[in-house]
Amino acid sequence: MDIINVKDLVMKFGDFTANDHLTFSVKKGEIFGFLGANGAGKTTAMKILCGLLKPSSGCVVVAGYNVASHPEKVKRNIGYMSQKFSLNDDLTVAENILVYGAIYGLSRAEIARRTEAVLEKLELTQMRRRLVRTLSLGWKQKLAFSVATIHRPSVVFLDEPTSGVDPVTRRRFWELIYEAAENGITVFVSTHYMDEAEYCDRISIMNRGQIIALDRPRQLKQVHGAESMNELFILLAR
Amino acid sequence: MSALRGLIIKESKHILRDRKTLVILFVIPVALVLIIGYVVSMDVKDTVIGVYDKARDSESVRLTNRIVSSGYFKLGKIITHDDQIESAFRTGSIRMAVVIGDHFGKRMLQPAGGAAVQIIADASEANTAQLLVSYCEAVIRSFALEESVVARPPVEVEVKMFFNPFLNSIYMSIPGIMALVLIIVTAMMTSLSITREKELGSMEILLASPLAPFQIIIGKVAPYLALASINAVTIVLLGYFVFRVPMLGSWQLLFLINFLYIYLSLALGILVSSLASTQMVAMFASMFGLLLPTMLLSGFIFPIENMPDWLQALSRILPPRYYVEAIKAVMIQGSGLAVVWHHLLVMSAFGMIYTIAAVKKFKIRME
Repeated sequence: MDIINVKDLVMKFGDFTANDHLTFSVKKGEIFGFLGANGAGKTTAMKILCGLLKPSSGCVVVAGYNVASHPEKVKRNIGYMSQKFSLNDDLTVAENILVYGAIYGLSRAEIARRTEAVLEKLELTQMRRRLVRTLSLGWKQKLAFSVATIHRPSVVFLDEPTSGVDPVTRRRFWELIYEAAENGITVFVSTHYMDEAEYCDRISIMNRGQIIALDRPRQLKQVHGAESMNELFILLAR
Repeated sequence: MSALRGLIIKESKHILRDRKTLVILFVIPVALVLIIGYVVSMDVKDTVIGVYDKARDSESVRLTNRIVSSGYFKLGKIITHDDQIESAFRTGSIRMAVVIGDHFGKRMLQPAGGAAVQIIADASEANTAQLLVSYCEAVIRSFALEESVVARPPVEVEVKMFFNPFLNSIYMSIPGIMALVLIIVTAMMTSLSITREKELGSMEILLASPLAPFQIIIGKVAPYLALASINAVTIVLLGYFVFRVPMLGSWQLLFLINFLYIYLSLALGILVSSLASTQMVAMFASMFGLLLPTMLLSGFIFPIENMPDWLQALSRILPPRYYVEAIKAVMIQGSGLAVVWHHLLVMSAFGMIYTIAAVKKFKIRME
């Protein structure tokens, strides 16, 4: 079953075409890597998938709803973690979870229950009353991911979630992603780290607004005769 | 738990955590009222003057006493020679000099008159000089009327100042300060808080959530509505209890006017934030687009009647003017709805226009 279905997606800003006839689909429970050089149009496509931007043309269906006609239904079923750190610095760990739980309409009891679960999983129980600003970047990103999935969405969109994070923490972060995928949450993630691309079920590589490759990482390397993901990326996204 | 409540909790916590801003929001209004009330007073009180009594008779002494005991002036220097006048002005030891002419008493009793008093003022501060001279003239005039043994002049002019008999300038300032403070707290702070959210990227998260744009706006704005209301009450109470500004009209009407104005400023703040992409831009836009016009064109500092026509026209399309006029009418003149209805109507119309523009802009930005 496809949880994301994109057909002929075109996004134009004036003369500039950010997304040029994108067509792809993502299966339920899949970890889908969204790769491409800076400025290739990844963030734009992601914003469209999340209902933040209206596409110029094309058909985008996410979690069973058309993004152009029912953005609010789509938004109810997705989680989104943006490129910039997006939690509230002035709030404590627990308050951030509370606010987003409330925004997604969870009951107070449910929020309390899930807060405990998240704090325990992230080993943040001791720090629940700490202001988020005082946490290290790694903790912040893990917390942001947990907050983005607090309402158990069918898809979660992660826009370069691990940029600037050390390798050990990135590893931990990906464990969270695997766990979410096992629980049936589809993960749509953009990244610049090629080792992370290897962790994905399937990846797409974008260049100048177009998808130039889409398959399992191993297949892609084989077909293009590349030794590593790095080599493949440089080969394709030149 | 409703999504809106979550947002309001978030915004309130933000404001409460930011101690510095919080202090500014509560202390500045109070400081403004006190400073303008006590210091920037245009009222004449105990101004130091010099008296040069050339006559030295009982009438001239009585006149001097009359001037000095009026409460407006204080005798700072007895002048005995013409040259002393200028030097006293130069050193700044006096602000005005009163010269009583030779044979003052004798001439007063003569039917032909000719008793002369000269007032010399320091016109390097033109407005103050003007004010001092007219106060002094009034004192001398009433002295002359009472002391005159000859027939009274055919026309007697009696001046009575309605609503503000002692011309307290604080009566004028309180509504002006309210207009200023409320627009700072509401328009400027909301525009800053929304643009901050944009800069940080948390606005994107809100937009990607199921919240509708109007919910996001209400969630952001509600805490500032509360803050501004507290400020409005503080200023009115300060004016009422500390400066004895009268409150002759109805409290409900005063509340309604304030509410309308706060609403209008909030809409303006949202409009500014949907046009500005950074806090810096929002800050300057609200400073130059909102604060300065409120100060200069609301009639708070400069009377609107004295402005050139094109500035008067400009003041007519800015809401603070109507607010200040309506507040004055209700508090000082005790006017009711029959007088201020058109102010309310104009303010409602402004509020509506701003809201429509803000919502429209907010939507465009999202798509």
